Amino acid sequence: MATIALPVEEKKKYEQEALITGAEAIAVACKLANVDVVTAYPIRPYDTVMQYISQLKADGEMDCEYIVAEGEHSQFEIVKHASVCGARVFCGSSGVGWMYAMEALTVTPALRVPMVAMVGNRALDDPGAFGVEHNDALAVRDLGWLLNWVDSAQEALDTALIAYRVAEDPRMFVPCAISCDGAFLTHSQALVNIPTQEQVKQFLPPYKRGDLLLHPDNVISVAPQVNEDWVMEVRRQNYEVTERACGVIREVYADFERIFGRKYGNPFFEEYMTEDAEVVLLGMGTLSTPTRVAIRKMREQGKKVGFVRLRWFRPFAGVELAKCLERFKAIGVIDRDFSFGSPNLSGVVATEVRSAMYTGAATRPPVLGFICGLGGREVLVQDVEHMTDITFQAAKGKAQPLTQWIGLRG
Amino acid sequence: MGQLFAVEIIYRGVFQKTLAKNITRGIVLAAHNEGKLGISFGRYGDSPERNGIPAKSFAIVASDAQTLEAGMAQYEPKQVDVTVVLDDTLCKGAESWAWYGLHPVHQALKPGGTLIVDSLQDAPTLLKGIHRRQEPYKLGIVKGVTSFSGMWVYKDDHTDVRILGAIAKALPAVVSLASIEKFINEKLKNPLKATSAHTTFERFTSMNVKPGEGNAEEPFSFQLPKWNNMRKGVSVNGQPQGGPYADPVTKEVGGFRPVRNDKFKKYSTRTMRPVVNFETCTKCTLCWLNCPDASFDVTPDGKYDANLEACCGCGICEAVCPVPNCITMVAETAFDGNASQWEAFRKDKAAYKEWLKATVQPAGERSHGFRYRGQYKEQIPAVLEIAEKG
Ligand code: SF4
Ligand code: SF4
Repeated sequence: MATIALPVEEKKKYEQEALITGAEAIAVACKLANVDVVTAYPIRPYDTVMQYISQLKADGEMDCEYIVAEGEHSQFEIVKHASVCGARVFCGSSGVGWMYAMEALTVTPALRVPMVAMVGNRALDDPGAFGVEHNDALAVRDLGWLLNWVDSAQEALDTALIAYRVAEDPRMFVPCAISCDGAFLTHSQALVNIPTQEQVKQFLPPYKRGDLLLHPDNVISVAPQVNEDWVMEVRRQNYEVTERACGVIREVYADFERIFGRKYGNPFFEEYMTEDAEVVLLGMGTLSTPTRVAIRKMREQGKKVGFVRLRWFRPFAGVELAKCLERFKAIGVIDRDFSFGSPNLSGVVATEVRSAMYTGAATRPPVLGFICGLGGREVLVQDVEHMTDITFQAAKGKAQPLTQWIGLRG
Repeated sequence: MGQLFAVEIIYRGVFQKTLAKNITRGIVLAAHNEGKLGISFGRYGDSPERNGIPAKSFAIVASDAQTLEAGMAQYEPKQVDVTVVLDDTLCKGAESWAWYGLHPVHQALKPGGTLIVDSLQDAPTLLKGIHRRQEPYKLGIVKGVTSFSGMWVYKDDHTDVRILGAIAKALPAVVSLASIEKFINEKLKNPLKATSAHTTFERFTSMNVKPGEGNAEEPFSFQLPKWNNMRKGVSVNGQPQGGPYADPVTKEVGGFRPVRNDKFKKYSTRTMRPVVNFETCTKCTLCWLNCPDASFDVTPDGKYDANLEACCGCGICEAVCPVPNCITMVAETAFDGNASQWEAFRKDKAAYKEWLKATVQPAGERSHGFRYRGQYKEQIPAVLEIAEKG
């Protein structure tokens, strides 16, 4: 929220202020990043970004190859190849469209392709629902993709610039997906400060692929047949990237702050009213809005509750997060996703947090899992209050179920 | 908490999508001239890319960031200060493509709030369609021809700024006329539009609607099932086949009426409905064959009666009927309810004939969007003239 209104002095540095959606903000970032190749295939809510890029191109504001593929699989294949040839690329999708591209998505990290994609989070529908659910983007969580969630249009724009810088860092060369909650972010027009081209130029150097460039002057062959005696070593190379990822991301955020003057603090997660909190809630994306409003309300009633918004899911800053969470008496994780049959039948984030706490935390506060806001259902202020009350019960030592569904009919 | 305002625009998909967006954007950008913050968005479950489907667009304006966040905590505001209805045929209620039932247009309007309708009708006529409610509110009319355009083209007939002018009059706390004029001059760069906003501001008045005043019908609603009493496997019950039914006069049984989904009915989805002249119908079956929603009941005497709980108002039947003036599409403002035309015809043929004459004849110009290049240019002078006369 702090990113919506900036102090006046700070604003002067910006070229202009615009009323745009989160998806449009990412399109503006693509323009500022001077993206070379964009591929598109319509699916709601991602399609707002492709519409806006095509408009920027038609208006002569953006110069790029704009290719409408015949489906998501080709959409992601085309940018993969363009990126290997040295083009800065952008694409994206939503829900089952993202899943349809899965074969292309799986091979991208191993080929060290720094594509940036937007996932407009959408339910994996059959049939029809286009509301937000995080399982679409989470499907790439184990594959070597960098993956983050933003919660405002301003953060969407900034994170897209950050994503290019991180992904194209020669120490990385892996794809990065920016997750934007369908509707709440992709379709809401908010006031966004658009940085100047000069600032972006200073922040984002040209994409240089070095000896991985597929070019007649650099004779290589990419993606030859890789048999069983090669695969494990290929995987180890991607593992090495994930070992470095947190350090690179930290560096890039520091640079972002220096050049653009906007502070994100800890890149990996954002803490809200945690200083004196007894219990905290934790979640990703735009559920932060009702959560912060509910927390302010509960604070007025004397309830010491805070909120941790996870920004980067991959890499997962496990050690740091565990150190942050170990000081609370109980933690309630709000999952806008499901992981059927998982340990404790919890959602993905709760399971990851428990895993991080097991090795990284000095204490063992209860970590409750809440499944909430699936398929675009709103996470209401009263839902957040309800989850907080349950978490306080756990903090008092009253055993609570490890997974509960909130806001369900029945 | 600072000051928080919400404005809701109820509009028709495709035809008014750009118009609604321009209005909510205009509110936020104009209010920003006063240092306020805001967001503008459409109701996500709607499908505004479908012709004529009732949809909603919102503007939330606040005096500071934290108050704005409180207003954004719920995606669709449950309480609004002003509701704008851009097509008066929607006064009968808004039914989303996502199907929540029929919602009265003032469902979210705060007690004492203002309902603004763009219409050529007067308040008593509009109140025949607008459902009654317990809380009082104000009703104001922006006199104008319903502004419809197409998916990719926008008819710039000043409806956007005229509505902005009316909002500034109804609720100056959300945005002042001066801020609107500044927005128009700086962003839209059209002094003529600033004049239109100003004129509407000057003229706009509203009347008090008392509790209980308005359409007495109970809007159609239904309960959603719980997770544990729903059918499994994302399946729904099919409909039984249906069968013959009785003539209300002769009691003769015949024809065929399919059983239709009792939860998914249509009211304000239509902007127009077919009116059938049963005397000239030759029973050729073409309307029945071509209706995309299987809306026609085959009557016991072998005619075809458009069932208005099923009809989406597409006008295909009018287009395919080979008999001149046998089916005529007529604007929804002319009707109350969804009663069967054929039954009325059977009960009193002379009266039906009279009604037919009165209903079909005044069917004025009502454009369902874009037809040819230059069409809007031709239409705009007449529209502006009506607007200027007030
Ligand atoms: S208007 Fe369309 S939906 Fe209605 S009866 Fe005619 S063909 Fe059927
Ligand atoms: S198309 Fe016209 S003439 Fe033919 S059955 Fe329908 S109403 Fe009668």
